[in-house]
Formats: sequence, C-alpha cells, structure tokens
Amino acid sequence: MINVALPKGRLGEKVYNMFAKSGYECPSILENNRKLIFENERTGVRFFWVKPSDVSIYVERGAADIGVCGKDILLEYEPDVYEMLDLNIGKCRMAVAGKKSFHDDNVSTLRVATKFANIARKYYASKCRDIDVIKLNGSIELAPILDLSDVIVDIVETGTTLKENDLEVVETIVPISARLIVNKASFKFKTKEIENIAKELKAQVESND
Amino acid sequence: MILESYLKNEERVLFNLRSLYSKYGYQPFKMSKFEEYDLYAKNKEFLVSDSVITFTDTHGKLLALKPDVTLSIIKNATEGKGVKNKVFYNENVYRISGSTSEYKEIMQAGLECIGDIDLYDMYEVVYLSAKSLESISKDYVLEISDMRILSAILETITGDDNFKNEAVDCIKKKSEHELLDCCKKYEATEQATKMLADLIKLYGTPDEVIKKLKKMNVSKELDLAVEELSKLCQLLKLTDEYANIRLDFSLASDMNYYNGIVLGGFINGICECVLFGGRYDKLLSKMGKRAGGVGFAIYTDLLNKLHKEAKEYDVDVLLLYKDTTGLDKVQKAVEWLVSQGKTVSAQRTIPEKLRYKELKEMED
Repeated sequence: MINVALPKGRLGEKVYNMFAKSGYECPSILENNRKLIFENERTGVRFFWVKPSDVSIYVERGAADIGVCGKDILLEYEPDVYEMLDLNIGKCRMAVAGKKSFHDDNVSTLRVATKFANIARKYYASKCRDIDVIKLNGSIELAPILDLSDVIVDIVETGTTLKENDLEVVETIVPISARLIVNKASFKFKTKEIENIAKELKAQVESND
Repeated sequence: MILESYLKNEERVLFNLRSLYSKYGYQPFKMSKFEEYDLYAKNKEFLVSDSVITFTDTHGKLLALKPDVTLSIIKNATEGKGVKNKVFYNENVYRISGSTSEYKEIMQAGLECIGDIDLYDMYEVVYLSAKSLESISKDYVLEISDMRILSAILETITGDDNFKNEAVDCIKKKSEHELLDCCKKYEATEQATKMLADLIKLYGTPDEVIKKLKKMNVSKELDLAVEELSKLCQLLKLTDEYANIRLDFSLASDMNYYNGIVLGGFINGICECVLFGGRYDKLLSKMGKRAGGVGFAIYTDLLNKLHKEAKEYDVDVLLLYKDTTGLDKVQKAVEWLVSQGKTVSAQRTIPEKLRYKELKEMED
C-alpha cells in the first residue's frame, strides 16, 4: 500500500485527478463526508488530505510514502526527501513586492515581511544585502502599506491582490509549481510501485505540455 | 542471564554489533566526551551538523562535546606501509538538531579501517555494514554509491565547481527536472545532459547498474572507477548479503572529503537512513595523514522507532503482601517466582498503573 499525502484545496483536487487518470483512483475521496483517510485496496493507494505546508513533514517522517507540495514549501523547509517530478501545475512565483513608490537605496537595512523567512534570508544573502526579516503568518500585503516593512517576499499568482493594494512586483525570486516528493526510505522498499506512479504522472505532465 | 525480550532494540543491536566486529578482528576504541574545538573547526563540512556545542575548560581552552567520532579516531591512527587500524566504537555524540535547533545526544556505533587499505578491506567494511543492518532487521537495503564515478562524469562536462555542486544537489534529490534546468544554465551538451539524466535514474542491483555504467565509457577515470566498483561487487556477490545491496548515485556526499564509495543503510519501518559511511582518504590527507580510510556509523537511537510488539503486561505476577506478613516469606515467594522464569513485583497495595497477568495475595 502506498500512502499519499495530498494538499487540501484546489491544488490537491487537481493532483487527485491526475492520480485517478493514471489508474490510481479512489472514488470514496469525492464523497462529501468527514473521513480523513481514503483507501483503494485494488489499486494499492491510500490518500489523505493535509494542510499544504504539512505535506513535506508527513513525507519526510514516513507517515506518507509520497506527497505533492509546492516548491515554495520545499525551499522554505528543506525537507530531506526526493523531489522526483515537477507536475507543472499550481504555477506561480516567489517574488519581492513593494509599494509602487518603493526604491531600494541599498544603504539602510531592508525590512522584509514574509511567511518564507528562510527563502528571504537566502535570497538576500546571495545578494549580500543586509535585511531585517519580519515573520508574519498572513495578510503579508498589509506590511508595506502600514510601513511595517519596506518590501514583502510572497507567492504571486495573478498579481491581483498586489494591484488592488497599490503594490507591485519588484523582482522574481524563483518560479514555483507543484512537485511530487518521495520519502527516501520508502523508495528503497516500495521502489517499483513508486517508480510506476512517477512514470504515469510524468506521462500526463508531458502530454499536457 | 539476560532475557532478550527485556532488552530495548538498541541494546540488543549493540550487543550483536560488538560481537560481530570483534569476530573480524576490530578492536574497541574508547574516547573522551570532549575534544579540542580546533579539531572540528578545521573540518566543519565533514560534520553532519554545522554547529558544535562548545565550552571553555578550567585553563581557558575551548573544548567541544564531540559531534563526531571519526575525526578523533583519525587523529589517533598510526600510519606506515602495511599498517591498518581496525577499530569499532559505541559512543554518544552531541549535535544540534536541524529541525528543532535543540541539543541532542545521539548514540552511535560503527567501525573504521584506517591505513594502507586495499580492496579486501573495502569489501570487509561493506560486508560488515550489511551484516550490521541484518542484525537489526532482515528487511534492509544497503546502498552503495561511488563519488569517483559521479565526479568523473561531472568532470567531462565542466570543471566549474558551481555546476558540480548544483548538479550533485539535483542528483541527491533524484530531481531530473531540476538537473535538466541546471545543465541548460551551464550550457552542457545534449550528450552530457542525457548522460547525467541517465545516471539519476540508475537504481538497482549491482549487476544491472554496472552493466549500464560500463556502456557510458566517457573517460579513463570513469572506466577505472567502474572497474573497481565492479570488483568490489563481485566479492560481495559471494555472500548472502548481496541480495540486499543496491547501487544508487543519489547517495552523494561531500566531494572534498569522500573520494570513493559512499554507504547508506535503510531498515524497513524506519523513515531515515540508519547507517552512513564511505571512503574518506581526502579527509585523512587534510588532517596530514598519508593513509586511506573507510568506515561507517549506525545511528542506534533511531532503532527505537522500529516497531516492537507491545507487551500486554508489565509483570507476570503482582505479589501482594500485608504489613503483618513475614518478610522472609515475601523474600522466599519472590525468589521462587523468579526461579520459575516469571517477572514479579512485590507490593503492599495494588499500583494504579501496573498491568499484571496474575495477582497473588500472601497471608500473614
């Protein structure tokens, strides 16, 4: 049995559809109930929904053999897992954004508000820029408006929220998309099953390109 | 007499390992909990965790709680033609956990073979690493990689260290899509890109993988490394442990220290690598020793994650005696039950959380 951690939400539903299309369907997952785990003995998969930022924890610690999460989570938490496939869905970018009037004078310490403290630190360290990281857990866009920070580092999908708040992207850090991740020990003991799932999903990704 | 069922997994394994290593002539190595910090500061990249727990001694010298055993063994190793230091250890190491940033005491067991080592020594260490895993569980996988093979292939593409580091990171993650982006960024040729993409997918028994490696045929260095790995695998094929051995190049380590095979051991039921090791001549050379070195360590603290059948009872017999019961009678009753192979807890009242199979109440 392969345990699969799926991220709750729209991305997770898209990912489940990819699994189903590859022959790993589990119709009970579509039923409207409060069950947490969905299993199909015939196809040998067991799915469960978890908070997107927790997928990598479930996989790294072996509670799930495989899972799907955004590259942003992998860059932020750096879990010790295999990252076997770019599913090419859930595409967005990690970007620096600020008020339209923002200009980086490169003199004073840059105040950066973000949920992604590790990504922000590494990015600015690579540019030798001195920053003050302000770790927030939500409504990141508020920070530059209220002068809590100079810029934010956050995920930008369409840019609508930024525009509506008179903010704009200053620079893109890295493109983001959903990745298939695999627990290293599980790969050794369930090699064929995991390789088959990865192969089927890869075929779908390539046919969508 | 020690009843195996009363031992914790890690205790049982430590007994077995000590006996296994002694059989092959490895001598026990005991060291102090502290080392001079300087030893670790010079070889920081070799350590699993960057942070070392330090303190000053009564003379103002900066000491460290040892985060690693290999460096101390190397420091004490003797060199010379034909000289080999074969030692095993069972020590606690002190590290800062990556995920929680807390201090951790980790129990490690392992062995090192340092000196004028040859193919037989390499085989022996790999074989003993497989036997060590087997003593933990029959359901294990020992993976072997070879840094010379990885390095020879990367070298044919470019000598750029940035490329090598980025490519190795992708290989470690088995991330073909990122490897392709990396090759594109560094303008690797189509042929070289394909070769690296093939390498990332290579996983299987030594026979299967070596067959494919031999077809790569891109440089003399690669041919030589493949030939040596093939000879090592031929020796391993003479043992029953061969069935559990796989070659996997995602098992890569720091090229500044490791210059040959890298070992990784996995046990079904434990989600992390429980055994890690390899050939580290470059580390020895950095420490001024003209010798080769190969060894491995087992993280025995991870073994408590292995499922052990939960015991239904804490004791077989709860022996209840009264304030008025003669203590000589209690002593005799306890000894008699123990001699019958039972576990017994003598109490005056029934403990709240003790689970017992049988209750025996003593009269006055």
